[in-house]
Amino acid sequence: MTALLPRRGLAQIFALIVILMVDRAVSPQFFDLRLQDGRLFGSMIDVLNRGTPVALLSLGMVLVIATRGIDLSVGAVMAISGAIAASLADSHGLPVVLAAALGAGLVCGLWNGFLVSILGMQPIVATLILMVAGRGIAQLITEGRIVTFTSPDLVWLGNGAILGVPVPVAIALGMLILTGAVVRGSALGLLIEATGGNARASELAGVGTRAMILAVYVWCGVCAALAGVIAAADIMGADANNAGLWLELDAILAVVIGGTSLFGGRFSLLLAVLGALIIQTMNTGILLSGYPPEFNLLVKAVVVLAVLLLQSPKLTGMAGIVARIRGTKA
Amino acid sequence: MKGLPPVLITAIVLVAGFVLCALQFPNIASTRVVCNLLTDNAFLGIVATGMTFVIISGGIDLSVGSVIGFTTVFVALAIERWGMPPLVAFAAILALSAAFGAAMGAVIHLFDLPPFIVTLAGMFLARGASFLLSTESVPITAPIYSTVSDFALRLPGGGRLTAVAIIMLVIVIGGALLLQLTRFGANVYALGGSRVTASLMGVAVGKMTIRIYMLSSLLAGIAGIVFSFYTGAGYSLSAVGVELDTIAAVVIGGTLLTGGQGSVVGTFLGVLIQGLIQTYINFDGTLSSWWTKIATGVLLFAFIALQQVMIALARRPAVRPAGATS
Repeated sequence: MTALLPRRGLAQIFALIVILMVDRAVSPQFFDLRLQDGRLFGSMIDVLNRGTPVALLSLGMVLVIATRGIDLSVGAVMAISGAIAASLADSHGLPVVLAAALGAGLVCGLWNGFLVSILGMQPIVATLILMVAGRGIAQLITEGRIVTFTSPDLVWLGNGAILGVPVPVAIALGMLILTGAVVRGSALGLLIEATGGNARASELAGVGTRAMILAVYVWCGVCAALAGVIAAADIMGADANNAGLWLELDAILAVVIGGTSLFGGRFSLLLAVLGALIIQTMNTGILLSGYPPEFNLLVKAVVVLAVLLLQSPKLTGMAGIVARIRGTKA
Repeated sequence: MKGLPPVLITAIVLVAGFVLCALQFPNIASTRVVCNLLTDNAFLGIVATGMTFVIISGGIDLSVGSVIGFTTVFVALAIERWGMPPLVAFAAILALSAAFGAAMGAVIHLFDLPPFIVTLAGMFLARGASFLLSTESVPITAPIYSTVSDFALRLPGGGRLTAVAIIMLVIVIGGALLLQLTRFGANVYALGGSRVTASLMGVAVGKMTIRIYMLSSLLAGIAGIVFSFYTGAGYSLSAVGVELDTIAAVVIGGTLLTGGQGSVVGTFLGVLIQGLIQTYINFDGTLSSWWTKIATGVLLFAFIALQQVMIALARRPAVRPAGATS
């Protein structure tokens, strides 16, 4: 797989470079970096830092999508784990806070996985339940307030730096390496792809498809919980209404931009994270250019459509469309 | 007969819920509360009718909330800033939203893309477009608005059946008739049952797909107009997340998310159940609004689990004669 990467990822890398160049043209100091108080600052670092939640979500989402599933609940899971982390932060130590928040993500993932793999529900439907109820649960935890905290340990998670690199970026990188090592270092990745490619054939071939599906939803939940903790740590508070709102869509978009097909069967972790970076680079570019941030949604819509059309099995060049139009007319 | 048992269950849940609520708060069982429930959920009922068609045909439409938001902003600006007569503005926005839905349907069909992601792009597009029009709330002062919001049929017991509630009821009944009695409706079921089979049986799959999404967006446009009657303003952030409430109402109403089964009547009952939960929470006063979400989630789970069980039961007789089941 790794050997194939450069060729498969060429379009994404090219797109990222183009967007970076546009950003550079919009804001000449875009690539400037400076070291202050032991942490790097600059627009590029900002892109990485702000892209972290979506990058983490896309790490889990890409595996789910590879099994032909989808997880709509990640935004709600972020809200839940953020709410738990913020409520516990000032009374408990960091390990307890992290264990509780990530544990909640694990439970949410188990629930989704149980519905999809054991009960056999459609993934969109199964995860819709938690998407609707999850934000309610998060508000239950925060009792409808925005819970703030001052615990320096948790704040460090969102705003600190390791060797000049912001902690969230380091965590995302660590998770990417960990996930990559586990799924690509073993046959696990291949088995996940097999499950997505043809669940029945894989089952007959001896792949434990149920366990695979359960596992990817659990992992997705844990990644979402981590993203939620980081998002809460970043703003030193948890807002159950707005934490992670619409991020599930960004995460799906990142995965799709990364070339992973929604029909399952193959995935690339690295390209999904690259997709998340492309989205964030666009967002930052729009902000820097002085256009109202409302343009974000329009640009995103155009990008989704463009990527979709490129991925469309029916569209293999203009000839495809022409033949089709002729076909329908005839 | 299609989808009757789930509809019955939804109806029983609604009646049981209503009775329980009425036992605790006798005032709930008044025409006033029931009419308010209809008025408050009028726009939801209208979108949910369109969503029922889409879901029965095996698709999904995530763009409806954004289309409602766009409609309210467009109507407000057209009337207040561009000086359009309200009826012309309504016609323009309905044509626009129908074209929008047709375009999504065309993309879904021509490029064979999952409806989920195409309508997701549509959701971004419509929301982004409404932000571009205006990010502020634009109040509407046209006389037709006060006329419509003052209009109501008085019912015994102090209930006021408002114009928006009547529009909703008309659309729900029209939708139910369209789905059950026309060739179009039969084709919608056929598409949801199996695309390939439907196309082999002579259903023009492409045309149907385009029309179904057109209908959904058109109804979302009407819902947007109703929403602007209800709030008296256009705001680009209005109706955020309505697509979820809508899908929840459709599922609670017994429509299979895999397509092929369902009914508009069930969807209407689903909307009423959601409205009832809201009303109960308002009456109680100590429960907070987030319980609505949790209760909706629990109901969603219950109904989907029920559907799962029913599908399993429906399959069993076909397998048993083969003796393959353990």
